[in-house]
Amino acid sequence: MDFFDRFAVPHPSIAIYASMAAIGLTVIAVIAGLTYFKKWGYLWREWLTTVDHKRIGIMYLLSALLMLFRGGVDAIMMRAQLAVPENTLLDAQHYNEIFTTHGIVMILFMAMPFIMFFMNFVVPLQIGARDVAFPRLNALSFWLFFMGAMLFNISFVVGGSPDAGWTSYFPLAGNEFSESVGTNYYMIAIQIAGIGTLMTGINFITTILKMRAPGMTLMKMPMFTWSALIANVIIVFAFPVLAVLLAMGTLDRQFGTHFFTMDNGGMDMLWANIFWVWGHPEVYILILPAFGIYSEVISTFARRNLYGYKSMVGSMVIISLLSFLVWAHHFFTMGQGALTNSIFSITTMAIAVPTGVKIFNWLLTLRKGKIVFTTPMLYSMLFIPLFTLGGVTGVMLAMSAADYQYHNTMFLVAHFHNVIIPGVVYAMLAGLHYYWPKMFGFMLNEKIGKWTAWLLSIGFIFAFMPMYVSGLDGQARRMYTYSEASGFSLMNMISFVGAAIMAIGFVLIVYNIYYSTRYESRDISNDPWDARTLEWSTHTPVPEYNFAILPDVRSNEALWDAKKNGHVLFKGDYEKIHMPNNSGIPFIMSCIFFVWGFSFIFSLWIPVIVTTIGIFVCMALRSFEQDHGRYITVKEIEETETNLRGA
Amino acid sequence: MNQLFPMKQVLGFVFSLLLTTVALAVYFLDMSFAAGMTILLVTAFIQAGLQLVVFMHAGETKDKGAIYTNVFYGLIIALVTVFGTLLAMIWDM
Repeated sequence: MDFFDRFAVPHPSIAIYASMAAIGLTVIAVIAGLTYFKKWGYLWREWLTTVDHKRIGIMYLLSALLMLFRGGVDAIMMRAQLAVPENTLLDAQHYNEIFTTHGIVMILFMAMPFIMFFMNFVVPLQIGARDVAFPRLNALSFWLFFMGAMLFNISFVVGGSPDAGWTSYFPLAGNEFSESVGTNYYMIAIQIAGIGTLMTGINFITTILKMRAPGMTLMKMPMFTWSALIANVIIVFAFPVLAVLLAMGTLDRQFGTHFFTMDNGGMDMLWANIFWVWGHPEVYILILPAFGIYSEVISTFARRNLYGYKSMVGSMVIISLLSFLVWAHHFFTMGQGALTNSIFSITTMAIAVPTGVKIFNWLLTLRKGKIVFTTPMLYSMLFIPLFTLGGVTGVMLAMSAADYQYHNTMFLVAHFHNVIIPGVVYAMLAGLHYYWPKMFGFMLNEKIGKWTAWLLSIGFIFAFMPMYVSGLDGQARRMYTYSEASGFSLMNMISFVGAAIMAIGFVLIVYNIYYSTRYESRDISNDPWDARTLEWSTHTPVPEYNFAILPDVRSNEALWDAKKNGHVLFKGDYEKIHMPNNSGIPFIMSCIFFVWGFSFIFSLWIPVIVTTIGIFVCMALRSFEQDHGRYITVKEIEETETNLRGA
Repeated sequence: MNQLFPMKQVLGFVFSLLLTTVALAVYFLDMSFAAGMTILLVTAFIQAGLQLVVFMHAGETKDKGAIYTNVFYGLIIALVTVFGTLLAMIWDM
């Protein structure tokens, strides 16, 4: 029995036992359903082994939506706990676990896969490529991310969740103060997902630099592709830092080293320092692709070309460099001198300049445009004012002297939600509505979509504006309760109401997907939004080879040229197309990684050794495998094209 | 014969050995910590550059520009990270 004791949850409650039962039942239901409907073969052939960037993208999307609800439930529980003073809905330990997992799930397992979904689905189509540069690596990226996310998510029913905050600062996250395996989950699960992300970074840089359609120079790439390129460059430079940091944390926790301990020459604040060397660029990895989506949406629905293309690109390049120069603003109050704080204050404020350039470019794109208020456009229009507010409070926080007042209060919490929700989440939802028809061949319902956008925005204002006030009044973040006398009750109650309105908004998204799947017209064109870039020039649904003939590009709005200026996109005849074969190795290898991670977390060294060998065997198999891909014949292409054209 | 003999690589190899000898000197000769670290850092960076250019053929394809941009960008970020960390954690405490 001793052996199994380690898997017990250290701080159980009825909710956790209920979740265990729910997870168990869901797994049984999924397995039974797959068996009953005889879908195992379909699942394996079409999804688990696929290397098609579109399908991998859709799997990223499903995971992101799933994790959105996991993180959302955490958020609602936190707001409910704080809604009234001296609340006992959650105790301190549960509250700690919930704010920790909320942060990690939302950033790493919701926002990251969401942008990976857009990059996977959109970038190859936008640059006129047939797949990414390394399709199998792409599959491995996805499965590693997925297994990392799942490993993290079982923590609350097996062994206990991490509870040291999403930043996991030492010494709190060290063995002395975090005894349960929770923080091991943090180290290992994020490590596995992070390896996947790093691979994606390399993959997409190569894809964008090497596989653009003929004629598409760098300065003729659509803006989303540019933003994806820059984001991936940041990934390649920032994620190794995270990998090293997590490895050091693991060594400290499981192998007795002293990188971040308070004794034996360790330096506890070094964790915070290195964490933010990765953490701040990470913010821009999320926001730049979001900006890219807004650029596409705004120029499409303002019916104008994007204002200031070059300055858009330039500002992103500057942001990517500055993002590595600002990290110490996350710990202005650590105790370093005025010189350091001044340097990092100035670099931080400097980021507001290129960001401001982008905001003005969007506004000038709208000027004299024939604006069409579709759901994606509505999200973008709500984004501009709300995000600017978050930017302004960001400049307030950037002033290191003033930061002593804001640090670690709800003011900070309000600020970063104010940039992430209108900045990233709205972009993801705008992009979801925008690209949905390309993925599934029908539109999402516009009326429900607009209701959702408004509900989310109203809920957002009610949920987060009060935090600015209570934060300035001194309400610290991560406090699990407060007294009546503190006077925080009213603001927190308003916040809870706002969070509840947002929850309704998120449920409406699911309802919209259900409703549109049943009732929306399937009779839509390949280009239902009258858009401007290449992804809309191919068929819906997109054939596996994307483009029967590679497009010829003359400007950054190739499709618009074709529609309005008589440019011929597809010249020449069909030729046989070389495509990669599916492979089960990425999935199998990631499953082994899952077992490896789980064993590592619980220090079960024999399974760790066995699975490590398994991982190397998978890599060796790949190295010695002779797989030259396959060809799609001209006849097959003709058949597919005729079918899709509906002739 | 001249074209077949990899002169550049052989010279690179000899130069690498030389660099290693210089680095080893830090261990065998008695010098201050600062001087030793300086020698190690300088030889390490030259060695890394040699590796990239001579043995990994960084400048020999038309991707030259992209490769060097990447290397320099990486270098800048690494230096900023290291010196920024030193500043925040040690020099300005």
